[in-house]
Amino acid sequence: MHRFANPARFLRLSAALLPWCAGATVILMILGLWLSLFGSPPDYQQGETVRIMYIHVPAAWMSLFVYTNMAVAAAVGLVWKHPLADLFAKAAAPIGAGFTFVCLVTGSLWGAPMWGTWWVWDARLTSVLILFFLYLGYMALVNAFDDPQRGMKAGNVLLLVGIVNVPIIKFSVDWWNTLHQPASVMRMGGPSIDPSMLAPLLAMAGAFTAYFLSVVFLRLRTEINQRKIQTLRLSAAADGTRG
Amino acid sequence: MSEFFHMGGYAAYVWPAYGIAAIVLLGLLAATWKGLRDAEATLKALESAHPGRRRARAAGQRPSDKSAGTPAEASE
Repeated sequence: MHRFANPARFLRLSAALLPWCAGATVILMILGLWLSLFGSPPDYQQGETVRIMYIHVPAAWMSLFVYTNMAVAAAVGLVWKHPLADLFAKAAAPIGAGFTFVCLVTGSLWGAPMWGTWWVWDARLTSVLILFFLYLGYMALVNAFDDPQRGMKAGNVLLLVGIVNVPIIKFSVDWWNTLHQPASVMRMGGPSIDPSMLAPLLAMAGAFTAYFLSVVFLRLRTEINQRKIQTLRLSAAADGTRG
Repeated sequence: MSEFFHMGGYAAYVWPAYGIAAIVLLGLLAATWKGLRDAEATLKALESAHPGRRRARAAGQRPSDKSAGTPAEASE
């Protein structure tokens, strides 16, 4: 019983927070879309393609944010054996992979008209592609073992090893000469981007974060249920062989 | 309005970007929702089949799913 004490408290907390996160997702998404498509000017060099940025950049932020959270959860899961930490990483992985996919595809759609190419093997693009494969590798690994505990452990180790890729992605545009432009929002000395373009970026980033929280709460609830199902089946099977 | 959809000649790049993001986010939400519903239904069925939750002590009460043989097999 006490094994589920913590998840039970989490389920109550997440049930209370979920409506707020879902509401924030809808409101920020409407605001973000309005600012992105109507409330911001076309770029003086890139024209209307700059509107791709309001999807591309927040998705890229989320891909790093979600991975970092998963790696922290992996460390907590490995060190303190906290059952929720393992489940959080598992629940968050498909969302992080989704954001990374969106980042890669929108980047291609932006690169084609502006750079004249869908893809280049430069440091930023390659390291983000590796991040995408880290997500996929983690998802394959946690499900590859008969014993879920062993899968979780292997996945957590992969997440911790892969965290080295996060600073590489962040600083790739400074360390190497890349086709990708350097940071214009999260940089030393404050954002260099115009406020009229910063507002939709931040609104979309807020919307994506609220979306992530809402979906990860739902997925965690699913994972906790799966864990309960497994326990029930095991005890039923044990009774079956004993009786 | 058609000027808006035209996106300064870049409609073929701007709209797919928004479309892909919408498909991925909504698809993930739908898959998550379905997964939760399925898990809750399975859990409910199991719990009603085994009212004692963990150990059904009553001698007459046998687990309903006979497919689960040994614990190792049942762990999927």
